Amino acid sequence: MRGIRKSFGATVALDGVDLAVSPGEICGLIGQNGAGKSTLMGVLAGALRPDAGEMRIDGARYAPASPIEGRRAGVAMIYQELSLAPHLSVTENVLLGAEPTRHGLLDRARMRDQAGRALAELGHTDIPLDAPVGSLSVATQQLVEIARALAVGCRVLVLDEPTSSLGRADVEGLFALLQRLKAQGHAIVYISHFIEEVTEVADRFIVLRDGRNAGGGPTAGATHDAIVALMVGASVGNLFPRSARARGDAVLDVASLEPGSASFTLHRGEILGIAGLIGSGRTRLLRTVFGLEPVRSGRVRVAAFEGPATPHQRWRQGVGMLSEDRKEEGLALALDIADNLTLTRLSAFGRGGLLSPSRQRAAAAGWIRRMDIKCAGPSQRAGELSGGNQQKIAIARLLQHDVDVLVLDEPTRGIDVGSKAQIYTLIDALVADAPGRAPKAILMVSSYLPELLGVCDRIAVMRRGRLGEPRPVAAYSEHELMRAATGGGAGA
Amino acid sequence: MTARSLVDRAGTALGLIVVAGVFGALIGPQFFSPGNLELMARQTAIVSMAAIGMTMAIVSGGIDLSVGSIIALATVVIALLLRMEVHPVLAALGAVAAGAACGLVNGVLITQLRVVPFIVTLGTMLIIRGVAKGLAEERRIEAPVTWLNDLLRVPRGGALLPSGIWLVIGLALLVAGLLRYTRFGRHVFAIGSNERMARLCGVAITRTKIVVYVLTAMFAGLAGVLQFSKLSVGDPTVAVGLELDVIAAVIIGGGSLLGGRGTVAGTLIGAAIMTVIQIGCSQHGLANWVQQIVTGIIIVAAVALDRMRTSGGE
Repeated sequence: MRGIRKSFGATVALDGVDLAVSPGEICGLIGQNGAGKSTLMGVLAGALRPDAGEMRIDGARYAPASPIEGRRAGVAMIYQELSLAPHLSVTENVLLGAEPTRHGLLDRARMRDQAGRALAELGHTDIPLDAPVGSLSVATQQLVEIARALAVGCRVLVLDEPTSSLGRADVEGLFALLQRLKAQGHAIVYISHFIEEVTEVADRFIVLRDGRNAGGGPTAGATHDAIVALMVGASVGNLFPRSARARGDAVLDVASLEPGSASFTLHRGEILGIAGLIGSGRTRLLRTVFGLEPVRSGRVRVAAFEGPATPHQRWRQGVGMLSEDRKEEGLALALDIADNLTLTRLSAFGRGGLLSPSRQRAAAAGWIRRMDIKCAGPSQRAGELSGGNQQKIAIARLLQHDVDVLVLDEPTRGIDVGSKAQIYTLIDALVADAPGRAPKAILMVSSYLPELLGVCDRIAVMRRGRLGEPRPVAAYSEHELMRAATGGGAGA
Repeated sequence: MTARSLVDRAGTALGLIVVAGVFGALIGPQFFSPGNLELMARQTAIVSMAAIGMTMAIVSGGIDLSVGSIIALATVVIALLLRMEVHPVLAALGAVAAGAACGLVNGVLITQLRVVPFIVTLGTMLIIRGVAKGLAEERRIEAPVTWLNDLLRVPRGGALLPSGIWLVIGLALLVAGLLRYTRFGRHVFAIGSNERMARLCGVAITRTKIVVYVLTAMFAGLAGVLQFSKLSVGDPTVAVGLELDVIAAVIIGGGSLLGGRGTVAGTLIGAAIMTVIQIGCSQHGLANWVQQIVTGIIIVAAVALDRMRTSGGE
């Protein structure tokens, strides 16, 4: 790709971007949200037409008018949200749109054969060909989607944030697979927020910033800080600020809670982190504490309130939860920012069931300012904002409600580095020891280990549905956390 | 942005102006005479009344297919009560109460059995129709003449519009306010836009949904009162398929079957568009089959235009 340019109205999304990948090479594409990664990939896939610039595949001009033409030319995209038909079988999904037929009828035997071969190419003969895709794990579904790309003969494979919903073990499986595909001569573009991932899996990296090439080079020898500096355009200070914290009263007390075999006490002025693989039961534990899923046995006590409760009661007790799934559970994307921010406590905006929209908007405007949310105003629909700004709204809802206990599930998933830094600063300020107000207590789950180590005071590791004992953060390194989560000995 | 949101808001109204303009040009200025406008208002009153309620069901992400049957049941209930020499006001309230009872059944079944509203109300559509026929012993029920029969009559003296139309306008304002300026209203939008989020945020989903279906059915009951006023008899076979007109009005007016979107004003304009087409076609001498084709095209075009508008912004 050379000199690719694309604008939407007055906004220039891409301003002369170059990108080249050779067969047998993995190229990492890094950039903050809004840097132009998605637009560039849209152009490459044929979903968007560039205003200027040209693309070539194996020297031949490549100007797809639609994603289907892109696919035919050998460019396959694997998006963050997988595009599979959950009710169809693995075989049917792999060959969707390219089904072999005989006399106009499906050739079932050949379908199974081709799908089996595509999966064998990936080194995964263990996937049941007849199982409905919806019954498989996310990691396996991703394999099915990659197999589909191979089955139609792709040469350029583009993966957009492929690890966002994978646990560490699955990530390693995926990386091994990418190396295998690379060895087979495929050209791979790997898009990620995680710099560590790019330096681990890619041979070369390219950083996009404000629609331009900000830099790049071989990943060998590139430091994390140097890449971050390229992304943000200036050197960043410490990503994880840590103010003086003083542990106060116990506000959440969990004893032998099932599911989760969890026992811990959360105090004001501290952040308790929960580490663990995806599927280890971390999210389920948070949901059970918050009353979204039933308590099987054990006890949850919030300040003076004992016993199980509904989410409605939890909010009234001063507990707020942030969902890991922003689109499906975190926000109402069709509603405006003010509605999203104030939903849990509409009673604060009028008496006797009545509401004052202007007061809702005024409150929202305050949070937009304080949290630096980039938007047109409180009446803009939440769905029109970027991921980082949406996440800030979801967090601001907890602050607007003024909860004492914040239950955060993956608070920085899928958002850009700038927003992440702002959220870390905010979280730190909430638990900081400051005169004149009681610090909050935070319980948080994260798959991003540097984040847990950076912001938490204590960390407990969850493995196979059982939560270990919380230990001070100083007792862990990233490596040890990983070992504990995967069952390699220490901890858990 | 502001220019676009203006088009967004006024889109349906523009549609009405265009449709009315076309028929005005075809038929002449008498199409817009006060008498003709009033005729249209009377024609649209029944669908509009039911569609005000349906707006709430659709905004909440649901649907109510039983409103046509509830209208029929309401006419039967009024006629039976009037025959028992009940006061007309009480007879009308009886019809609304019958609607509320149907809505309660809908709401409880939807929330407790966790069956989608489409299926539940498809079932109750048949059940309620059956009940209406059973109550009426499969006959039309004659009722003594009262002022209830005048709700949609041309008004005598000073009144600008028939009282039934005023009722529609008043209740429309009330529900528009309910949706915008009350906690209940915002909860309905929140549930329709993202039910899982609403649960996370502590919204009382079961209670809110039941209230939505009770209100929707009460508006169907009121539509039944207007229907009775037009017929002057209780007829268990009336308003078959009317639920589709009612749903179409909400959809043309910008409501989304996925929930979270819809306005009372839009719904009323949607109902008006359909009436203008009906009356315009018949006054222009076009056959009924032409009306149906035009209305069908408008429904699909309205939603397609809406899709283009909203997807352009993201």
